[in-house]
Order: sequence, then structure tokens, then C-alpha cells
Amino acid sequence: MTTRIFGSGIRRREDPRLITGRASYTDDIKLPGMLHAAILRSPYAHANIRSVDASGAAGQPGVVAVYTGEDTDGVLNGLPCAWLIPGSDLKTPAHPPVAKDKVRYVGDAVAVVVAESRYQAEDALEHIAVDYEPLDVVINPKAAAQDGAPQIHEDVPNNIAFTWALAGGDTDAAFADAAVTVGDTITLQRLIANPMEPRSALAQWSAATGELTLWNTSQNPHIARFLTCVVTGVPEHKIRVIAPEVGGGFGSKIPYYADEAITAFCSMKLGVPVKWTETRSENYLITTQGRDHIEEVEMAATSDGVITGLRTTVYAGLGGYLSTASPGVPTILHGLMYSGPYNIPNISGTVYGVFNNGCPVDAYRGAGRPEATTLIERLVDLVAAAVGQDPAEVRRKNLIPKFENGHDVATGITYDSGDYESALDSCLSAAGYEALRAEQAQARADGRCVGIGVSSYVEICGLGPSQVAGAVGFQGGLWESAIIRFYPTGKVNVMVGSSPHGQGEETTFAQIVAGEVGVDVDDVEVLHGDTDNTPMGWGTYGSRTTAVSGAAIAVAARKIKEKSRALAAHLLEAAPEDIEYEDGRFFVRGSPDQHKTIQDIALMANVAWNMPEGMEPGLEASAFYDPPNFTYPFGAHVAVVEVDPETGHIDLQRYVAVDDCGVQINPMIVEGQVHGGVVQGVGPALWEGAVYDDDGQLVTGSMLDYALPRADLLPEIEVHSNSTPSPHHPLGVKGIGEAGTIASTPTVYNAVMDALRPLGVTRVDMPLTPEKVWRAINDARNGG
Amino acid sequence: MFPAQLTYHRAGSVAEAVQLLSDNEGAKLLAGGHSLLPLMKLRLAAPAVLVDIGRIEALKGISASDGGITIGALTTHAEIASSDLVQQNAPVLAEAAALVGDPAVRNRGTIGGSVSHADPASDQPTVLTALGATFNVTGPGGDRSIAAADFATGLLENALNDNEVLTSISVPSVPSGAGSAYVKFSHPASRYAVVGAAAILSVSGGACSSASVAVGGVETKPARASSVEAALAGSDLGDAALDAAAAAVGGDLSGDPMGDVFASAEYRRAMAAVYVRRALGAAASRAG
Repeated sequence: MTTRIFGSGIRRREDPRLITGRASYTDDIKLPGMLHAAILRSPYAHANIRSVDASGAAGQPGVVAVYTGEDTDGVLNGLPCAWLIPGSDLKTPAHPPVAKDKVRYVGDAVAVVVAESRYQAEDALEHIAVDYEPLDVVINPKAAAQDGAPQIHEDVPNNIAFTWALAGGDTDAAFADAAVTVGDTITLQRLIANPMEPRSALAQWSAATGELTLWNTSQNPHIARFLTCVVTGVPEHKIRVIAPEVGGGFGSKIPYYADEAITAFCSMKLGVPVKWTETRSENYLITTQGRDHIEEVEMAATSDGVITGLRTTVYAGLGGYLSTASPGVPTILHGLMYSGPYNIPNISGTVYGVFNNGCPVDAYRGAGRPEATTLIERLVDLVAAAVGQDPAEVRRKNLIPKFENGHDVATGITYDSGDYESALDSCLSAAGYEALRAEQAQARADGRCVGIGVSSYVEICGLGPSQVAGAVGFQGGLWESAIIRFYPTGKVNVMVGSSPHGQGEETTFAQIVAGEVGVDVDDVEVLHGDTDNTPMGWGTYGSRTTAVSGAAIAVAARKIKEKSRALAAHLLEAAPEDIEYEDGRFFVRGSPDQHKTIQDIALMANVAWNMPEGMEPGLEASAFYDPPNFTYPFGAHVAVVEVDPETGHIDLQRYVAVDDCGVQINPMIVEGQVHGGVVQGVGPALWEGAVYDDDGQLVTGSMLDYALPRADLLPEIEVHSNSTPSPHHPLGVKGIGEAGTIASTPTVYNAVMDALRPLGVTRVDMPLTPEKVWRAINDARNGG
Repeated sequence: MFPAQLTYHRAGSVAEAVQLLSDNEGAKLLAGGHSLLPLMKLRLAAPAVLVDIGRIEALKGISASDGGITIGALTTHAEIASSDLVQQNAPVLAEAAALVGDPAVRNRGTIGGSVSHADPASDQPTVLTALGATFNVTGPGGDRSIAAADFATGLLENALNDNEVLTSISVPSVPSGAGSAYVKFSHPASRYAVVGAAAILSVSGGACSSASVAVGGVETKPARASSVEAALAGSDLGDAALDAAAAAVGGDLSGDPMGDVFASAEYRRAMAAVYVRRALGAAASRAG
């Protein structure tokens, strides 16, 4: 029963090559005559460059060339920002790939050495003399926006790159009339994405043909090609970008970086292939980080806990320069989600995008929605505490009732479908919420510090309608395309413009094709990542690949099916309307023995010996799918923690997730995405954070100090799901890649604050490291 | 992660290693590589010469010796964690070895390399200080011994001369019937000890007849907690006695504790008392 493959948790076909080390990543590729680049990086977070003397490096062993900003200036264009938020007074100061006059964060590129080996290139870096004039540094995004703060870009007063405002309803009136108002200041610290594979670029310029080939760790090779064209000036049709195996990205491989432009520059100068691969230390310094929000937030409610208003002021750190998509993350992907799953009639927010002397900030798993969900869920808990009601009950009374086809919220967007209360009920039931509260009461009576956290969430993904993308300043489309090609033997290639890099879509896409036209899933090969053999597409991020690219495949597969039906009718000498389809077989209604399999059709279409009048040969279809709306997955999560008040240690004891991502193509992959997502959201709640000191030096510069989640620190994640199909999607799917990350940070944070509430602790900044918790407990005990 | 250029020598014997160290100023010994190589990859260390002693068989293994056991400097943490001899004579050392790093570190990292690196956040120096171990050293002039408590001389500094090799560690057996424990506040990222406390307690006639306690991670080298030991002497090892003894650990700290972004000096100091208390509780429960 081949059609059943759609919806079944088959194993990921990607895994054998990945887990046996046989996959080929960018850094695995070795070309004849290839040289190696190492990049000299600023040790200062903010400094003028008085001079760069690279002469000492030029004669070092193996060194072929040394280039500085003087060499790239006027040859390479500045790195563009590709999300220009309208109406926000956005400033886009120049971002030269190699700094010439000024450096703005530790890691800013200053020079590049090309040598026969990477070791020689690294050794030669030490012979480049740079005379810096250090300048005052600012890291905290709110401090950076104040009068008198160090000025990072000359033409950006107070370092404010943009000011984005949102208003729905009458928020001031809601607060003026409110029986209850609560507020907090929430810090969402900088996070390092930590893909297992660091970034890499291998550029091969052919002077003979004027063609540039770039192997690159990209989540979106077609965008990388476009931006390579913009930065290098090589025409777009003369550039081939290949994202081979890519070992995770989590958003950090969306942007176009100085490093790939520098690598291309070196290859074009020297006429030989040049490779650059970042070290893990470089990854920590220069690969875009996530979050960096300071959120001053308030919520208004009735005395019965009905939410009436939400008001925010957010300072979003951007780092030293705008990254490719950074203005869109704390605005469109953040502010527009302020209603969460709740009826909040009055919402206003102001987001300041602020330059600071850290690594540039861009999308990181969840991108804007964890920052929104955390503030909403924190405030809902504060409302519950203020009105003396159970946090789950306050959520229930504010949730938007079930809807199947569209619901408008005060931020101006329209959710596609939702059944938030069912998700909450499922989660409370799976967690045994009432029993947990009873156990908590007993534990508290015994002097133990047990907390239960609940959060409900809705997120925006399946990005998205291209018309909306244009309206919100995204400098591209957000559709996807697919080509399905049947060969004479009945085997199938599917070519997509999206670029999966660990999400398992080689498997799920094959399942879609198998489900639609009845081929064996193993007869379908999915090609992606090479701009020369895939159709245009905008990439893999924002939980959009299955939602948008998958839809394109489904639409293309249905075209295949209709052509097959017509050809089958011709071959069976029946009218097309009399042809029925089941499990890969086309047959005359009532005579299932008279049939043609999809493989028969593929052969006959390819040899074209007997085609109906006017039908083209071949069995191939393409589709360009531009979604009519975003998709809005949702769910509810519960966490249980126990805090050791003597040390401040937090023991995460249970984690229960109920997610509703619509129709599931492969439940095992969905579960895996929830696992990874939850862990990546627990990390910032409890352990993770990129810390810069006052001089702008990254204190957490390696995995010795930057605490990633480890398996032994986590409980079994209890994963459950509901299914509310998206009404506008051809397959009813919504997206699951980021859901866990969006829900788990506030769930765990709320659980810890619930544990600490009886001790009088009212706020602790994330990550909730033992010392911070210990101090908060001691301060509360001392009346602080 | 590209170390600077260096010259590599493999020593076939301890004598050859000593000779290579004497002939090459600034040379560093390479054993399991789990402390030195990360520093070299970050170019925080750039020795011009490496002397690899990793294949000298004479430096490997655990054997019974007079009054205890002798552990070769190249013995891995994993071997110590699973050794019956260690379990019988100094179980607290096995307990600590099982908490070092992660499986890869335990399988490659050696006890000699760990103690020579003299990272105060390492587990084994603290335990060896509590055990009263002796470090056996060979140099150009012959052999000598250094008490565990005297081996680390400061942050990442030890008492070895530049041309000496740590060959083995002599660990006296804990007294019969003694209870011992090592408890650790593990850094969530590095898995080094933010605070580590080791305790070995003996009971005779319902009273504490001997106590040996050390605490690591707090200052630049492990501290023997003699104030705690004094407070325990003759006590009944009940909760009140253990509380009072642990609280005395402040007197054993020099007043110059380490601090970083994860755990301040003040916090480490407070945690020293908490973890000593927990080590005492665990050791007392195992004594008798």
C-alpha cells in the first residue's frame, strides 16, 4: 500500500551517510591547485584603523598573497542588508567585507592571507601589523541607544538603526481602565547557534569562462548566488553556488558573510581555487548570533484575569553591522506575534534596532517568536499571580476559541486555523497537571522548591506570501518551486530550490511524491543545494521548507497525475473521466484489471510511441508555489523543575510537549524536530548565553564556557501531538522546525519562577545559572 | 584550530624523555593531550618542541605497593574509574575519575597529565590531596618524591623542574572501614569542578578517629581543609557536627578565591562549605 507511506514514520534516508561519516561537506572538497585562506580579525570591539602593514606576511613560507581592505575596496561591494523594513527610518550603513578604516566588533575582518596550507596562512597572520586606535565600546542594546553612547556608525545617531512601531486597538485606554496591570523587564541574551559543521567557502574562478563556482555552507544557495552577484559583480547566470552536505544552520547559515566574498575575491585575483573554513573559535566570534533583546513589557487585565492589553518597548541588539535579514527578525517575526494564542484586543509595541559592538545578530531557530512568546507567557503568569488564579486557567480563559479558517488578531495578521484549548487540555492531561499541583503542594509543605511551568504558543511559519514579503520590505520572494521528472524506468528525480540541511526533507519530500502518485518511496531521489541543477527557490529557514517547498512538490505531483490519467485513458482507449486512480494504478472504472501503472505511464510518456493528439512527450512537471497565507502551528508545553535553594541548581525533571503542526508527513521526523527544538529552547533558559565583557571581548569564547545543553542534564522529552490541518495548504501541513524552541524557553523559565515564588523571588535574568538563582534567593530572604 | 609550528619527538623511555627535555629548552611533555592540545589549538600555548611520552609502557598501569597502590602517570581516568585495585584501596579516586569530563576525555586523558597541568578545577588533584598521595618524579639527577599538597604551586604551575618527568603516583590505602566521598559541582559546559570536595572519614567507638578533607576549584590550587578536619576530630559525625565542621572551611581558604562569569569568588566560597558538607555527609554514611 504505497500511498500509506505519506504519514508514516519511516527512517530518514539521509542518516546512514551522515552517521557513518561518508557525507561530503564543503570542507571535504579538495580541488587541484587549491590554496587556503586565513583571515586576520580585529582583536578590538571598536577601533579606528590607523594603518595595516601586511608586508611582513608576504614573504612567509607558503604564502601566495596577502590582501587588505585597500585591495578589496572598490572591487568588492558592501555586504547588503536584504530586509528593509518600511516606515522604520532604517539606516543601512556601509558594511565593507574587509574593514579599512574602522572595526566594529571583535572578529571584524582586517586582512586575508592565502597560502599553500592553512597552517602556513595562520602562521603568516602573526606577521601582519595593524595599528589600532581603540574606541569606547557598548554592548548592552539599551545603553547603546542612549545619548552619549559610543557612536558605532557616523551616520546613525544613538546607534538606532530603525524604530518600528505596532499598534492595534487602544492600548493606552486599556491600561488606564485596567483593574490589574503587571510588568517586567525581560532579557533574552545573545545565543550562539553552534551548528555541528562550522561555516566554509570554496571559490573557483574560471578566467576562461568568466564563471564563479562557490561551494558554501548555506541554507539558501539561490540567495547566496544572488548576493554573490551583488557583492562581486559577477553576473548571476555566471555564478554557481553549491551547498553540499550542510551540517546544521539554525539560521546562522542564512546570511551572506564577508568570508565567502573574500574567498571569491582571492580566487578571482589568483585564478586558482581558494578555500576558507572557519575554526570553532571564529564561529563563536563572527557567525551571526541570536536574540539580544531587552524587553520592557506590561500587560493589562481585568480582576478576573481577562487580558485587555499588551504594551512593549524592545531594544534589539544588532551587533556591529546589519546582517542579511536582521531587521525583519525583531519586527515582522516578533512584534506581529504579540497576540500569541490569546484574544488581546489592544496591543502596542515599539522596537528599537540598535547597533552594538558585538557579533552581528540575525535569525536563530525561532527567530523573533521565542522572544515574543517568552514575554507573553511571562506576563500571563504574572497576571495569574496577580489575580490569584491557576496559570493554566488564566490561559484557558484568554485563548482564542477554535477556528478552522482564519482569525484576525490585533497585530493585523490572520491566523490560519487553531484549536488552542484542545492543545492545552491535551498537554495538561498528558502531564497529569492536577496531580502535579498536588505533589507540588506537598513538596512545598516539606520545604522543597518545586515548580511547574505552563505555556501556550502559536507561531508564524511557512514564510510566506511573496506579496506580503514585498510589503514588509523583504528583498526577495518567498515562494518555492519544484520539478518532478520521471525517467523511462519509472524512477523519479525531484529538484527543489529549498535547501534542507538536517531536517530530513529528502525523506519527507519523497514521501509526498510517493503519496501523490504511488511510486515506491525508494524510487524517488530528491536533489537540492546546487543552483545549476535545481529550480529557483528562497531557501530553508523559518519552518518553511515542508510547508512551501513541500506544497510545490504536491502541486507538481498532481500535474503528473493528471497527465498520467490522460495518457492512461489514451492507452486504455477510455475517456479520461472514466479513469480512476488508486495506489499508483490508473484503471477504467469498474475494470481494475484494465490498468496502467505509473511506471507504465512513465515509460510510454518517455518513449512517446503512442501519445494522444497534442500531448507533449515526457513525464515531468514543475510548480511554483506562492502560499496564500503563512501557517500558524501551535501547542502547549509543561515543565516540572526542582530548585536546590542551597546552591541554586535547577533540576529539569519533566518536560511534556503537545504540538499541532497540522498534517504530519513523517511523525518520527516531527518528533525529532520537537526534541531538538525543545532542547535548543531549554538551553537559553538554563545555561546558554554569549557574554561580552565591557571591552567587547567574548568571555564565552569556546565550549568550555558556553554551556550547550547535554543529554545528561535533560529528562525524557514527552512528545504528543494534535492535528489541525492548515486550511490553505495543499497537504494541510504547517511546519515544526522551530515550535519546540519557541515554547520551551518560557515553559522552563515559568517553571523555575513558579518554584521560586514562595521564596519571594520575583525576577532572575536568563540563563538561570545556579549563582543567579542562589543570589536571588538570598536577596529575597534578606528582604531585597 | 591550527597549532603553531613545532618539532615533535617521541620518547622511548623515561630517561630519553628527560634527555629530550634537557636538550630542548621550553619543550613540553605530551601524554593524553587533553589539556595541552586545546591550548595549542587556541595558540594560547606554542611550545617549539613536544616530547611525546604516550607510548612508554613503564608509565602505564596500576599496581599494589607497600601500604597502598602505585598508579603510572599515563594511566587513564577510565582505567582508574574501573580498577578493582583502586576500588579496594582508594575508592574515592575511582569515584572522582568517573566524574572527569566525558567518556572521550576519560579514555584519553591521563592522571599524570591532569595533575601536571595543575588546573585547580581538575578533580584528581583535590582527591589526591585528601588521600595524602605522593608524586614520584624522575630528573637528570635521579628520582625524588613530592607530596600531593605541594605539587601544584599555583594556577597551571607545578613543582616539576623543566627537565623532570612525573612517573607515578603513590596512593596510600584508606584506613579499613573508612568512608570516603568526592562530590562535585560540575560546570555545565566544561565539566570541570566549579567546586569539588573530597572527604575520608574513619570512625572508632562512635567518634571520628581520623578525617581528611580537601576542596578544589575555589582557589588556584586544591586546599587541604585542616580546620574542617580539626572540627571533625572526635565528633559523633552527626548532622550538627558535620554542619559545624563544613562551616569551618572558610578558615582553610586563603582568601584569594577564583571567580569567573559563571561563578564568582563569593559564590565559590559559599559553595565550598555546601559541597564539603555534602562530601562529609556521604563519607560519614559510608564509614563504619
